Amino acid sequence: MTVKLPPQVPRLAAVFAVAIVALVAARAALVPATFGKYGHYRAAAVDSIAARPVKYAGRQDCEECHDDVAAQRLAGNHRGVGCEVCHGPQAAHVAAPSDVTPPAPRDRSFCVRCHAYNASRPTGFPQIDPVTHNPLKACIACHDPHAPVPPRVPQECSACHGQIARLKALSHHVNLPCITCHTVPQEHKVNPRASRPTKPTDRAFCGQCHDKTATRVAEAPRIDLATHYQRYLCWQCHYPHYPEAK
Amino acid sequence: MRDEGRAPAAAPAPAAPEPLNRRQFVEAALKACGAAAPLLVAVIRIPAAGGQEAAGGVEAGYDPTGHYYGMGVDIEKCIGCGRCVAACKAENDVPADAAHFNTWVERYVIEDNGEVTVDSPNGGIDGFPPLESERGMLRSFFVPKLCNHCANPPCVQVCPVGATFATRDGVVLVDEKYCIGCRYCIQACPYGARWFHPTKRVAGKCTLCYHRITRGLVPACVEVCPTGARIFGEVEQRATPLARFMRMNDVQVLKPHLNTKPKVYYANLDGEVR
Repeated sequence: MTVKLPPQVPRLAAVFAVAIVALVAARAALVPATFGKYGHYRAAAVDSIAARPVKYAGRQDCEECHDDVAAQRLAGNHRGVGCEVCHGPQAAHVAAPSDVTPPAPRDRSFCVRCHAYNASRPTGFPQIDPVTHNPLKACIACHDPHAPVPPRVPQECSACHGQIARLKALSHHVNLPCITCHTVPQEHKVNPRASRPTKPTDRAFCGQCHDKTATRVAEAPRIDLATHYQRYLCWQCHYPHYPEAK
Repeated sequence: MRDEGRAPAAAPAPAAPEPLNRRQFVEAALKACGAAAPLLVAVIRIPAAGGQEAAGGVEAGYDPTGHYYGMGVDIEKCIGCGRCVAACKAENDVPADAAHFNTWVERYVIEDNGEVTVDSPNGGIDGFPPLESERGMLRSFFVPKLCNHCANPPCVQVCPVGATFATRDGVVLVDEKYCIGCRYCIQACPYGARWFHPTKRVAGKCTLCYHRITRGLVPACVEVCPTGARIFGEVEQRATPLARFMRMNDVQVLKPHLNTKPKVYYANLDGEVR
């Protein structure tokens, strides 16, 4: 049983056949070879991007030869600072050590990129004011960049909280160490914002010295804790780092 | 079925000079198509095989399916020195002007009246000048920015030719040979992470230093960050620096409401950061 096809069907079929062949041939010629191998893109592009040259060799490569400097650096405060932060991209030096000499920045303008005071920098990061901090000396005259140590060990709290320390130095609380009122977790010195010191939470804390019945400090001004503005906490009126009352 | 339909088929083939009837023509045409089919398949296969040879450029032993990369940024550690910006430009041959950046650093200054100022002079490459006045400043910090290498990238969706794509290891790349320079992707990126190359006339962007990470190195910006504010690693494996960073910190992403699923994770991110 066969069907006699209408005459236009084979003609159309021939036209379709030609069109399909042309389409397939054009697709084969125009679509890049690796297109669609992993997705809607040219897989060969991934390889050409991966084949780009490396310019920063990485600190591991530096440490293979300069192990003495690396050991010094790893023991100091710049242990997290890679060699190429200061010495620039050095893949060329790794490939041909005697032909390419890495630069070493020696003038003040380089160190202050990190260490000039900037209000936006995180609290505790070592910063100086380049205008007043030994303006005529090169940084490396006092600080070894591979093992930087501050010439003077900073006071524990005033290193960061200098403003409070200077104010307290003028106040009647000058002789009170910070830990009289604040309990400082060890972690605070490493990660200041994640672990904060405690503050007094109630009137009774100040009352230990300032209540009329207190005996701890003879010359402290006394009030009657029970009647002296009992609706308020002490530090809502008095600033403990610079108490004004005589 | 009609009988006359069957009659010509049963008849013996006519002599050669006699013109083909329609049935014979169709049969011949179908046979010709059938014979041509393997030829066509061969035509398609040949360039494909050639392409596989060309695809052998990736570092031997590197398996993209075994990786899924991301980056962590700790705002609390960034000092705004701009070394990452300079290193990125050097490593990736980004034009040295102030308009083209794969990564850049922004300074946020939030005043106590709620006003937020953001600046990024020359992308932060030369650092940041001191603030004119700290009066009224509530808080201030630096935010390094780069391509977020979204798991659901809008730039890839809009590319009309398939020139930008997410690789199997989770990096969004641009095929410079295939890009037609239409800039749709630059418009589509909600993070402003793409730029137009002034001489190559193609879209440029952070590649997460794909040429470095496939060789086992870290991206250039991570290598030169002096405070460890940038952390590179794998998102879905436990024993990488990034996974540890994500466990230890409360991480956030930029513009999470856009459902782009970014893979750059920020720790200690302020709510004002856009």
